[in-house]
Amino acid sequence: MSFAWAKPYEPKSAFGRWIDARLPLPRLVYGAVGGGYPVPRNLNYWWNFGVLAGVFLTIQIVTGIVLAMWYYSSVDGAFNSVEHIMRDVNAGWALRYIHMNGASFFFIVTYIHIFRGIYYGSYKAPRELVWMLGLVIYLLMMATAFMGYVLPWGQMSYWGAQVITGFFSAFPLVGEPLRIWLLGGYAPDQATLTRFFSLHYLLPFVIAGVVILHIWALHIPGSSNPTGVDIKEERDTLPFHPFYTAKDGWFGAAVLLVFALFTYFAPNFLGHPDNYIPANPLATPAEIVPEWYFWPFYAILRAFTVDFILPAKLWGVLAMFASILLLFFLPWLDNSAVRSGSYRPLFKRFFWILVVNLILLGWAGGRAATPVVIAVSQLATAYYFAHFLIILPLISKFERPLPLPDSISTSALHGERSETAPAGITRPSATTATPAE
Amino acid sequence: MATQASAEGTDRAAGTEVRRRDFLNVAAVSFAGIGVVAVTIPLISQMNPPADVLALAEVEVDISKIQTGQAIKTVWRKQPVFIRNLTPQEIQAANAVPLGELRDPETLAGRTKPGKANWLITLGVCTHLGCVPLGVGEGENRGPFGGYFCPCHGSAYDTAARIRTGPAPTNLVVPEYEFVSDTLVRIGAGGTA
Repeated sequence: MSFAWAKPYEPKSAFGRWIDARLPLPRLVYGAVGGGYPVPRNLNYWWNFGVLAGVFLTIQIVTGIVLAMWYYSSVDGAFNSVEHIMRDVNAGWALRYIHMNGASFFFIVTYIHIFRGIYYGSYKAPRELVWMLGLVIYLLMMATAFMGYVLPWGQMSYWGAQVITGFFSAFPLVGEPLRIWLLGGYAPDQATLTRFFSLHYLLPFVIAGVVILHIWALHIPGSSNPTGVDIKEERDTLPFHPFYTAKDGWFGAAVLLVFALFTYFAPNFLGHPDNYIPANPLATPAEIVPEWYFWPFYAILRAFTVDFILPAKLWGVLAMFASILLLFFLPWLDNSAVRSGSYRPLFKRFFWILVVNLILLGWAGGRAATPVVIAVSQLATAYYFAHFLIILPLISKFERPLPLPDSISTSALHGERSETAPAGITRPSATTATPAE
Repeated sequence: MATQASAEGTDRAAGTEVRRRDFLNVAAVSFAGIGVVAVTIPLISQMNPPADVLALAEVEVDISKIQTGQAIKTVWRKQPVFIRNLTPQEIQAANAVPLGELRDPETLAGRTKPGKANWLITLGVCTHLGCVPLGVGEGENRGPFGGYFCPCHGSAYDTAARIRTGPAPTNLVVPEYEFVSDTLVRIGAGGTA
């Protein structure tokens, strides 16, 4: 888009020219995801997950619209309507299981996408807004997933809604009125269910809108790449179509295969069995556990057990919100001029410690709150904040990065010249075989 | 064009005072802004509890069948309410605790009605994250302080339903209620708590 060598759109037919003069939508598509968008030629498989997130958003919207044709958003009918979809509606079981597991896979690919961005420094200038818009999408995803989980009105739905809206009551003064306003009553009830259904239907389209902004902002500087070195010339890039459409296509098919394995052979593996018990406002399940993708945040919430100036509950809620809001400042917390973690020996190590730390937090968030689990949550929470607020700024100050390649081409086409050179068997030549490339 | 340009030129030359057009601009935009705010008021207030939910804000409960040491769970405003007939030992245990030891210092007398110290009426909503604590049913875990125990995150309440250990910040809430007679309680009755 922004490169001089990007191929301009040239309509091939008279009809194409007629349209182009009136509504240049094909031109927009061509420049965004067609032959007119030059992409670094050295992208690895970690760069496939953005497109995959788009694929799962589409799956969720399509299956969600269909499920809404059968779902009743009433406290008496919701649970049974979901069972009706599962047992009686034609292919209903498949559609619901796809929607259920699709949410999990949407989060899986999004988490990989986020970690790819962290490892390769994709959040750094000039892509700060790309990163921040991505975080907005992530927050919207969390809200959407939470409200969607409430809709079947099972035990976990109900008590999840009770606990999550209970976060807001932690805030002094405005907290309790805010909670009642969110619920439309004093406890989750019909008003809550109906408004959650309304918003659960709305938010995916808001996400789609922010996705467009995310891609728009990305296409101004163009995609980052595993070396983190800027694009310098045409041979650093390949047109998005057919090169990356083909790669995304095959890799997408591979991931959809794994998705199908879960959906058809272990559809409830990622869910909680208690949600197949209808909601009972008078009996709490033995342990309220959110969906797996919220476990790290749930662990942070529960890590605060001691009142210190503020009540422990408020600390937990503040820390949980802060753990995500913190990421908005990542472009400025990491001052290293080198983007890619591949050239940052110290950063790379701490990146993997962060990954392990988050897995640990997730483990703790999914377990009953025993003293050991709480202790692990506390240590891991402390480390999480220390990573971003202390370790990262220090690394970017003291680390000595490895030498960067001169350009994407010298990195990606390493050895190209010597490999294509004559092998020196019949006609030795000293001038063409330069291994220094 | 030329006349307009010169007119603007003279306007600017006239100084920095507010022109009629600026005033109209500010007034129009402000008025539209007030309109936008006014339009959002019903959109936001519709999310508050509707009249039918508020209408359920009062329930009457017959407590004549609750023996000493027993408790029942009832519903008020869609929230569980615990009504417990405390034993003399439980009352004694509650009164024996020095207020200084409590996270949310309140006496049992302050949480019950005069002369009715055995009737402990609280919401069955843990003040941590809203779970329903155990301890009402026969044989349920009442926790280390003999009151209520929340299974979600381990908050333990004593026999005055005061928070003793665990993450909950405050005691179980005592709703507004009044004794209509010795055997009838009206929960949600205004202003007499």
